[in-house]
Amino acid sequence: MQSYLYIALFAPLVSSLFAAIFAQQKKIQLVGIITSILIALSFFASVELLVYLMQTNKIVHATLFDWIVIGDMNVKFGFTVDHVTAVMMVVVTLVSALVHIYSNYYMEHDKSFNRFFSYLSAFVFSMLVLVMSDSFLGLFIGWEGVGVCSWLLIGFWYYKKDETRDVNPSISPSWAANEAFIMNRIADLGLLIGIFLIFWNVGSLKYNDFFAAIPNLNHGLLVAIGIALFIGAMGKSAQFPLHTWLADAMEGPTPVSALIHAATMVTAGVYLVIRANPLYSQIPGVGYFIAVLGTFVAIFAASMALVNRDLKRVIAYSTLSQLGYMFAAAGLGAYWVALFHLAAHAFFKALLFLSAGNVMHAMHDELDMFKMGGLKKYMAKTYLMMGIASLALSGIYPFAGFFSKDTILEVAFNEETYGIWFVLWFTAGLTAFYSFRQVFLVFHGDERFHELGIHPHEAKPYALWAMAPLAVLAVIAGFFKEEFVEFITKFLPPYEMSEHTEHLVWFFIIVTMGIALTGIFIAYKKYANGLRRDPKVENSFLYKLLFNQYYIPIFYEKAFAKPYKELSDIAWKEIDQEIVDATVDGIAKAVEVTGDVSRRAQNGNLSTYLKWMAFGLIFISLIALISVVVK
Amino acid sequence: MSVGLSEYLILAVILFVIGLTGVIRRKNLLMLFFATEIMLNAANVALAALSSYMGDLTGQMFALFIIAIAASEVAVGLGLLILVYKKYGTLDLDDLNLLKG
Repeated sequence: MQSYLYIALFAPLVSSLFAAIFAQQKKIQLVGIITSILIALSFFASVELLVYLMQTNKIVHATLFDWIVIGDMNVKFGFTVDHVTAVMMVVVTLVSALVHIYSNYYMEHDKSFNRFFSYLSAFVFSMLVLVMSDSFLGLFIGWEGVGVCSWLLIGFWYYKKDETRDVNPSISPSWAANEAFIMNRIADLGLLIGIFLIFWNVGSLKYNDFFAAIPNLNHGLLVAIGIALFIGAMGKSAQFPLHTWLADAMEGPTPVSALIHAATMVTAGVYLVIRANPLYSQIPGVGYFIAVLGTFVAIFAASMALVNRDLKRVIAYSTLSQLGYMFAAAGLGAYWVALFHLAAHAFFKALLFLSAGNVMHAMHDELDMFKMGGLKKYMAKTYLMMGIASLALSGIYPFAGFFSKDTILEVAFNEETYGIWFVLWFTAGLTAFYSFRQVFLVFHGDERFHELGIHPHEAKPYALWAMAPLAVLAVIAGFFKEEFVEFITKFLPPYEMSEHTEHLVWFFIIVTMGIALTGIFIAYKKYANGLRRDPKVENSFLYKLLFNQYYIPIFYEKAFAKPYKELSDIAWKEIDQEIVDATVDGIAKAVEVTGDVSRRAQNGNLSTYLKWMAFGLIFISLIALISVVVK
Repeated sequence: MSVGLSEYLILAVILFVIGLTGVIRRKNLLMLFFATEIMLNAANVALAALSSYMGDLTGQMFALFIIAIAASEVAVGLGLLILVYKKYGTLDLDDLNLLKG
């Protein structure tokens, strides 16, 4: 079984290196095909591992080599495939493989076609290192690798110029890439501190060693570790207040967005919390905080999605909101529920983004939904896919999102955290509303794009076929809930609903479906028959507040970026130039001056040299003589 | 009056100082050569005298070596001097100062 592990892990690396060879060259179609095949190979190996785990319930382990050996410290570079990892691997590689295939279509006219596939595969490899590692250190390597790859991919069109915030809220791809990278670095410091604390107190970074040592550690320390690790998760999973990068990351090519949101990046934070479940179940206070923050982010992000006009940003906010759901579940101790929602969400979110990619291609990269409309006629298949994804996202029975989201709501109720339940329930309504606002604005109503002279067209068949498995999974994934629970609870702690909650299951289903359908209905009423803009609403304070993302990006710029730049300017002009540079220049000057003075000694006249030589000889002889006499 | 070791050594020192003075004071390259030869021979005198005094032949062997080396050095050195003279038309050290900093 170890060979499957190696295939699953290293196929993406080989793929990335292969594509990298041709990175500087013109488009080679074969690169896209071979990378897609290699990622698919990784997927099949992952499935094989999952099946093996299901049948034998044995955790697969592989140690590559001794990594760091210093004195008593011996860190091995090892990988493990347990139940959580297997699920993550299958989800990650499936979505990645489909995104690779889809990218062949989406990037077909891009001049950096080969480079794109190299980055994309490297992204998958980093994520696999992250989920497959058996220690926090390996996780950190993957964590940083994911950060680098996201930077490369968000800034893929680095040559685009900066714009003002009014024209483009993300300013430019390179700006967005830097923002994502820097925000993640801030959070990574938290993760690093957590890792240091673990190593300091346990002496090992292996998950198993750490979890075994938890009963011996004092409570305050566990809380500190829990918070530090969660800060890391907050950055990668874009939780408030480190959330702004996620929406700006939409500057990257759309397949990248699909990958970031569904498979290879934002889920890492949730994965970390699920992975560290023995820790978080010991510190329910921190868990409760995670749940509350997740709930807040869920409604906070959903509210911003309500008014946004950018096709991809709406989906980005919905991811943010769904991540909030996952953290709420994980924080309340229902780890498998969080993982279940993660998997289900990956399928329909990837589908949603790829559909958006089709729409963007049809619209010649126009993203403003107010300029679309009526595309149903031109892109029936994409309409169907996006409809399925939106239904799943809204949590309508029998789509995947229904099962996972409904379970999260039940958990919130079961824990008697009614506040969390209510907010999440209300957010479900908002989710349904903005998802279908998007669907109706894009596909229904009057055809507003004619003014722009656009002739929409459907995507190529193979792109649609690449999306089809996701569409199927978005529909049926929920029905595997029983099997999933049985499989995953062999590893993760089970979560039992109380009898009281069990009685109310039907009530929940009706209430949740009710608000979701209401949301869809309102969206239908408002947007299905064409766009009617109401200036009174658009000029209202609330609308502007939401449209400008609560002014948080501007606040960050004013409160952090600007002062930091001023500080940097001072450091540059006052400290660097006046002190550091001056010191270095001073040393150089001193050398120059001494050289200038002493060079006169070399006047080219042999007899002067000989005089000096004679003088030196006499001098040395005198010293020798004196030393002999004194002795 | 017998000639002892110290007389030989004094002669050697005098010869050496004459050579050294020549090296320092003279401006003509050829003269410098002569001065160097004087210094070498001062060393030879001292070596031969000490060798005889100690009853050890090593010093005389050294003196012979030095004479041989001095001869070959002069051969090379004079060849160079001729070239320098042909190229620059002078052997005055004050005029041969191309290599200055």
